[in-house]
Amino acid sequence: MTFKTVVFLLGGFFILAVGLGGAGAVEPDERLDDPVLEQRAREISQQLRCVVCQNQSIDESDAPLARDLRLIIRERLVEGDNDEQVIGFVVDRYGDFVLLKPPFQADTYLLWFGPFIIFLMGGLLIFYYFRKVLGAIPDGDNSDPGDREK
Amino acid sequence: MKRLGFYMPIALFAGIVVYLAIGLTLDPNKLPSMLIDKPVPEFVLPAIEGFDQGLSSSDLKGKVSLVNIWGSWCVACIIEHPLLMELAKNNTITIYGIDWKDPPGAGAAWLLKEGNPYTLIGDDADGRVAIDFGVTGAPETFIADKDGRIRYKYIGPITPEVWNEIILPIVEELQR
Repeated sequence: MTFKTVVFLLGGFFILAVGLGGAGAVEPDERLDDPVLEQRAREISQQLRCVVCQNQSIDESDAPLARDLRLIIRERLVEGDNDEQVIGFVVDRYGDFVLLKPPFQADTYLLWFGPFIIFLMGGLLIFYYFRKVLGAIPDGDNSDPGDREK
Repeated sequence: MKRLGFYMPIALFAGIVVYLAIGLTLDPNKLPSMLIDKPVPEFVLPAIEGFDQGLSSSDLKGKVSLVNIWGSWCVACIIEHPLLMELAKNNTITIYGIDWKDPPGAGAAWLLKEGNPYTLIGDDADGRVAIDFGVTGAPETFIADKDGRIRYKYIGPITPEVWNEIILPIVEELQR
């Protein structure tokens, strides 16, 4: 493979990835006529995990269940529910697991604080390690050069 | 102190490995149900083609029952079907069926061919009741107690082992 071919192929993959990345699975017949409500529906769908293909949001998933949920979200928005109520409707049935961004609450403290705790522990370890290493250097070496004459 | 500094990171690492190893054995598809110990969601479903009576949430009160979510399109449902048939034949437990997202007539045709273990069947053509139940796929089976509360949810086909080791003990406990 020549250099040119490699560049060509990589470029092709890049264009494909960018092109496909933004596409949701929302079918034309699902869309609401009201662009504001439709935009809200898209934003809500992007926050909710599809329980069939779990690493996709229901906005991205082609699973029939994701489609049903997208339709329900739109129905509820048309009926006048706010965003929290719509998300609450899905969470009541499928649990916090469907929230792609985990909520900040008692049972998720470890998740949210865990990285900071580990960071702090690492920092403390480094601190004590270097204090020990520096402390192990004989007294004479880190004392004031002027003292040596005495 | 020197010893501790050496062993603690190893112990910590081992702890994390064990924790993650346990995590690997869990099936992420088996989501815990939000309905456990809560009343069955209110619903009224029409009958499937050729049947007189549908299924509604009020039918579930009075005795311990199974609510089985299935569909003629569901490949895994056929695995548990002989077991459901046997349970129905022996009057072990009342089984209600929710025919999930089947085209008209398909569920009835499937039951005619494979046999009907259900006392009552509701036609959930648009899948809304299944979503109220928090269903993620078929088959799923809920155990409802005498008061019509959901007490357990099993995801996937009920094999004889699942029946004997998981579901039957809960049913017997609830029937007391």
